[in-house]
Amino acid sequence: MRILLTGSVVATCAFMLFTSGRTLAHDYKLGPLAINHPWSRATPGGSKTGSGYLRVANTGAEPDRLTGGSSPLAERITVHASSTDNEVARMRPVVGGLGLTPGQTVELKPGGAYHLMFEGLRAPLKANDKVPATLTFEKAGSVEVVFDVAAMGAGEGAAKHDGMAPGMHQNGPFQ
Amino acid sequence: MRARRILQISLWVAALVWLATFGVLQFGLLPKPQQSSPLAITTGMAQIGGPFRLESHKGEVVTDQTLKGRPSAVFFGFTHCPEVCPTTLFDLTGLLQELGPDADKITPVLITVDPERDTKSVLAEYMQSFDPRILALTGSPADVDAAAKAFKVFYRKVPADNGSYTMDHSAVIYLMDREGRFAGSLDKHEPKEAQLRKLKALIENSSPT
Ligand SMILES: [Cu+2]
Repeated sequence: MRILLTGSVVATCAFMLFTSGRTLAHDYKLGPLAINHPWSRATPGGSKTGSGYLRVANTGAEPDRLTGGSSPLAERITVHASSTDNEVARMRPVVGGLGLTPGQTVELKPGGAYHLMFEGLRAPLKANDKVPATLTFEKAGSVEVVFDVAAMGAGEGAAKHDGMAPGMHQNGPFQ
Repeated sequence: MRARRILQISLWVAALVWLATFGVLQFGLLPKPQQSSPLAITTGMAQIGGPFRLESHKGEVVTDQTLKGRPSAVFFGFTHCPEVCPTTLFDLTGLLQELGPDADKITPVLITVDPERDTKSVLAEYMQSFDPRILALTGSPADVDAAAKAFKVFYRKVPADNGSYTMDHSAVIYLMDREGRFAGSLDKHEPKEAQLRKLKALIENSSPT
C-alpha cells in the first residue's frame, strides 16, 4: 500500500515535470535566431485557414528573412501582412519573406501587421491542440517547432506556458 | 517615357476616384459614434441598406424585408478569413451573451463576400462555433453583390500565386433599425462596453412604441 502510494506520487511528479518541462521549453534556437512561443487559435467549424503567431529575435549581425513553412496539418504556411484601412481588411503574402533585422525582435500577434497563415487546414484547430510545423528562413535554414493552439479569440499572451488558456472550451462556446 | 507618363496620370486618376468614392463613403458614413442614441445619425447619410435577397445557413430566405420589424447588425466576411472574421464573430457572440434575453430582439447577420466557397453547408458548419442567433447568408455571386451594393460595402477577390485567393472586404458592423435604416456602426477597436451600449440603444430605440 505504502509502496503503491509512494510509487504513484513519484510517477505523478515525474509526469508533471515531464509535461511542464515540455511546455516550458517552448523556445527554439536556430543559429542566431531565437523563436519564442509559437501559438495559434482554435478555428471555427470546417475552417480551412488558421493563423500562427510567434516572436523571432535576430541576435546575429546579419539580416535574415522568415519565408514561410510547412506542417503536416496544412497545405502550406505563408507569411502574410494584414491591414485595415478605411475599415477595409486586407491580407497579402509578404513577398520575399518577413525581414529580421539584427538586434531586433519581430512579433507576429493577433491584430498585428503580420501573421503566419495556415492554408488548407486538414482539420479545424481546437484549443490545446499542438501543431507541428517547420519554419523556414532565408539564411538560417529551417527549424521544427510546435504551435500551441489557444482558444478562439484569444489575445496576445494566450496559451502561455501554464497550459491553462482562458476559455478552454473547444471550438467556441457553442460546440 | 510617354507610356510611363500616361500610366502615372491614370494611376493618379484611379487613386482620386477611389478616394472620392470610398473615402467619402467611409468617412462620411462613419461619424464618431454618438453616446446617447445611434439613431440620431440617420439623417444626411447616403442610404446604407436596400433590397437584397439571400439564403441563410439554416435554409431560410432572408431579405431586407424579412429583417424589418427588428433591428439588425450586419457585417460582411468569409470563412477562409484567418483572423478578422472569426474574431468579429467571436466578439459578437460575447456581446450577444452579455445582452442576455435582449439579444433575441436583434438579428445579427453575416453576409459572405465569398459565395463561391461559402455555400450554405460550409456556413452551417462554420456557424456552429458561434452564437446560434447569428445568421450567415449566402447566395449567387450576383445576389451577394447586390447585398454588398445595398450596404455600400467594398469587397474584392485577390488571386494568390497558387491559384487560391483571398478577399479584401469592409469589416464594419452596420447597425440597422427596425425599419431597415442605417443607425450607426460598431467599431471593433472601441471597448466592449461602448459596443454593448450601442446595441442596447439600438434595441431600445427600435422597440415598438
Ligand atoms: Cu493570412
